Amino acid sequence: MVEINLNRRQFLKLSGATAATLAIVELGFNEKEVHAKTKELKIAKATVTPTICAFCGVGCGILVHTKNDTVVYTEGDPDSPVNEGTLCSKGTTIRQVYTSEKRLTKPLYRAPGSKKWEEKSWDWMYETIAKRTKETRDRTFVEKENGMFVNKTEAIASLGGAALDNEETYLLAKMMRGLGVVYLEHQARI
Amino acid sequence: MTNHWSDLQNTDCALIMGGNPAENHPISFRWLTKAKEKGGKIVSVDPRFTRTSSKADVYASLRSGTDIAFMGGMINYALEKNMIHKEYVAEYTNASYLVKEDYEFNDGLFSGYDKAARKYDKTKWAFETDEEGNPVKDKTLSHPRSVFQLLKKHYSRYDVDSVIAVTGTPKEDYLKVCEEFCSTGKPGKSGTIMYAMGTTQHTVGTQNVRAFGIIQLLLGNMGLPGGGINAMRGESNVQGSTDFGLLYHLLTGYVGTPTAIPEHATLDGYNKKETPAGGYWSNKPKFLVSLLKAWYGPNATKDNEFGYHFLPKGNKNYSHINLFNAMYKGELEGAFLFGTNPVVGGPNAGKEKEALSNLKWMVAVDLWETETSAFWQEEAGSDPSKIDTEVFLLPAASSYEKEGSVSNSSRWMQYRWKAIDPKGESLADLEIIHMMVKHLKALYKNESSPAAKQFNAVDWNYGGGDHPDIDLVAREINGYDLTTGQLLKTFGDLKDDGTTSSGNWIYCGFYPEEGMNRSKNRDNKDTGGGNFLNWAYAWPANRRILYNRASADPSGKPWSKDKAVIWWDGIQQKWVGNDIPDFKPTVAPADPGGTAPFIMINGGLGGLFAPTLNDGPFPEHYEPFESPVKNAFSSQEINPAIAIIEGEFNLKGDSKKYPIVGTTYRVSEHWQSGSMTRNQEWLSELAGHMYIEMSEELAKEKGIKNKDQIIVSSARGEIKAYAMVTKRFKPHMMKGKMVHQVGMPWHFGYKGYATGDTANRLTPHIGDANTTIPEYKAFLCDIRRAD
Repeated sequence: MVEINLNRRQFLKLSGATAATLAIVELGFNEKEVHAKTKELKIAKATVTPTICAFCGVGCGILVHTKNDTVVYTEGDPDSPVNEGTLCSKGTTIRQVYTSEKRLTKPLYRAPGSKKWEEKSWDWMYETIAKRTKETRDRTFVEKENGMFVNKTEAIASLGGAALDNEETYLLAKMMRGLGVVYLEHQARI
Repeated sequence: MTNHWSDLQNTDCALIMGGNPAENHPISFRWLTKAKEKGGKIVSVDPRFTRTSSKADVYASLRSGTDIAFMGGMINYALEKNMIHKEYVAEYTNASYLVKEDYEFNDGLFSGYDKAARKYDKTKWAFETDEEGNPVKDKTLSHPRSVFQLLKKHYSRYDVDSVIAVTGTPKEDYLKVCEEFCSTGKPGKSGTIMYAMGTTQHTVGTQNVRAFGIIQLLLGNMGLPGGGINAMRGESNVQGSTDFGLLYHLLTGYVGTPTAIPEHATLDGYNKKETPAGGYWSNKPKFLVSLLKAWYGPNATKDNEFGYHFLPKGNKNYSHINLFNAMYKGELEGAFLFGTNPVVGGPNAGKEKEALSNLKWMVAVDLWETETSAFWQEEAGSDPSKIDTEVFLLPAASSYEKEGSVSNSSRWMQYRWKAIDPKGESLADLEIIHMMVKHLKALYKNESSPAAKQFNAVDWNYGGGDHPDIDLVAREINGYDLTTGQLLKTFGDLKDDGTTSSGNWIYCGFYPEEGMNRSKNRDNKDTGGGNFLNWAYAWPANRRILYNRASADPSGKPWSKDKAVIWWDGIQQKWVGNDIPDFKPTVAPADPGGTAPFIMINGGLGGLFAPTLNDGPFPEHYEPFESPVKNAFSSQEINPAIAIIEGEFNLKGDSKKYPIVGTTYRVSEHWQSGSMTRNQEWLSELAGHMYIEMSEELAKEKGIKNKDQIIVSSARGEIKAYAMVTKRFKPHMMKGKMVHQVGMPWHFGYKGYATGDTANRLTPHIGDANTTIPEYKAFLCDIRRAD
């Protein structure tokens, strides 16, 4: 465990965590000894970053070890009072969410009637999506119903978001309500 | 959760029903194990003998869809055996309220039922009030129209023999469960109820949870350490995404969405109709106006009702099932999907896939190519040349390739720091959303149509770059005093005059001053009771145990030393203890309202009788939409208040053709629709095949052996899978009739490393009467050998 502490300490310094936290982390280990022990390990000199598991709602702490632009190791965060270093099968293998060859790495477009994906640039995607959204929205927009403002479109839906961060869900809700979307749903319902 | 994960160690008895934490929330179980080490008991109630059951002290089986019968019997047991916490019930619940004479219950129907509309007139269930509008009480609880007496009468019908004839539970097991859990009614004891989708995914899902609420109030378990009602949430931030209003009926912080009814035409009208006279929700106008200020910024002024008219106002139920029904009928043109896969996870998934081809365009933001974004492919059984949907698939970054906070089941808002840059060209959803808004803003900039006006009013300032400044988003969520520009320290400071902003009032205070985003707190010292007040931030106000005023008696002393959370300190004249009081800290027990712990509710008392739900003030047993038996409790077969979509979108199976009860569940190695796990090598290898679990008795009857290929059919479709013949399912005997049940994981689809048929091709498009959550957990099917 000691090598983890060393790396976590480095992280906490970088992230500007409070002195109080540092003091707790620093208790009880010899830095030189740790260096000697970790020299040959894959995770030696890896950067360690705390995260929270992406799967269920328990919210276990995980430490992500990164080196040379890849994720070399993940493990339970011993400091987390939720899981105290333990993880289940999914949390344990979370490294493969990054390393899996199945990950999408480019924006893909499928044209009407087409059998295949085409690679496109982000700019093209954003511009085309904005055009489609505006076209549908403008054509289906209802400003008033029975004399009252209703400012909505019932032709666009938004689904999903339970895996997003809070800040992302906030912006998504703001965007969709801002566009007048009423078909706004996510996994809490299903 | 009213309580939190590490608090589970404080329980004397955990009743786990409609959930399987040992497999689906595995790390939560270590806290239950700790409780066991201290002498606590675990009770598992489930149609299947799960890994949770294998660790339980008591296990009882029940047929899927009979939870209210099961819990109704327990309510009756507690009342008859006098195992309730009487003082708690008399002081902290609405047991003493009198209900008006209009209230009636006959043969499965409450008063006020409109058969044609399948709706109740809830005014028929009102409380009797005095001239000032306060509820009339009988503290002796003996008045025949007191809530207590009505409750007793209602559940007297749920005697043990009637209950087990419906649930199929062996009598001995049923009595053991009741005895064990009701023993937590003694002061000094606490019991928790833990549930998940096995409880909510029913046409009576909300009332299932209500039944938990009633028993927990009767036993005095709310507000106590090791007590409460604890929903185990299945996704890392489904708590947060709900808090932030990604549902048609909610804005942020559980403020209801305004609708196209005349009363909601103006902000004043909305406030009048939706703001209760008492309880903390009486502050609702402050939450709403502060939200409007966060969303519309300088475009929200007193003169334009703070932009209230910009909020979209719908006139129907837009929930998941209805959304797909509208899509199926061709009423929707475009859809945005953020990390969601309804072709595997939606009910009646075959129909949901068909519906997608009616879209003109779809934007899917995901880490993977899912069964949903690929619905048009030949591999999906589609003819691409006949599908005109344009699909934009945008690669998203994973959770540790970006930074931000998530809220777990315990309501703990914890920060995830960025470990590595997004893979390939993938981007954080935060940036994708931001850039879509920026492009749309550019298109609308010079327009003044009503549509443009609404969108141009949205205040969107998160820095100049393509990647928004997340710190600015976090601060906006917390909110500001707009007169000074300072961050707000508490939602208690919110105002309804436009001088404060807050993107989500329940989170207001998590970022109280410069440099202090409390979701980043990492001090893991136990501050007492296992509450870890300096680790992360729990909404609201960093409270860890909700309703904790109820952990003390009316005079302010803890009911017992072992279960103390907060107590009244007469010298300091305030509430003190191991947690942030979920109560006004300076209101003394002798002050008005000083003994009313449920602060959100008008009157502050726990609702044994709840005249607010769509399907009745007390939970009543009805059979699932598809059931193998007649309802033994009344002549109402199914929940009389559910909305039924007729026709091809929701075909209903007959028990003669489909005599077997089917249910779905998850396994440890996969997650939800499987896209996050079936695209990983190790997990795919660990759990690589779709299977149907069945009893030895059923297998014998059908000539099926373990590992045989079998076909499961329902009125909606057929799927193929391996047979898993186990002792974990047992047929239920119901009044001499044998009813079989099978279960299956719902993780599989045709993409990824581990593939298999999709269980949700079998499930129906029918929802709960209050939430419209689909009834995945009890449907009818049949099985046969594939060869």
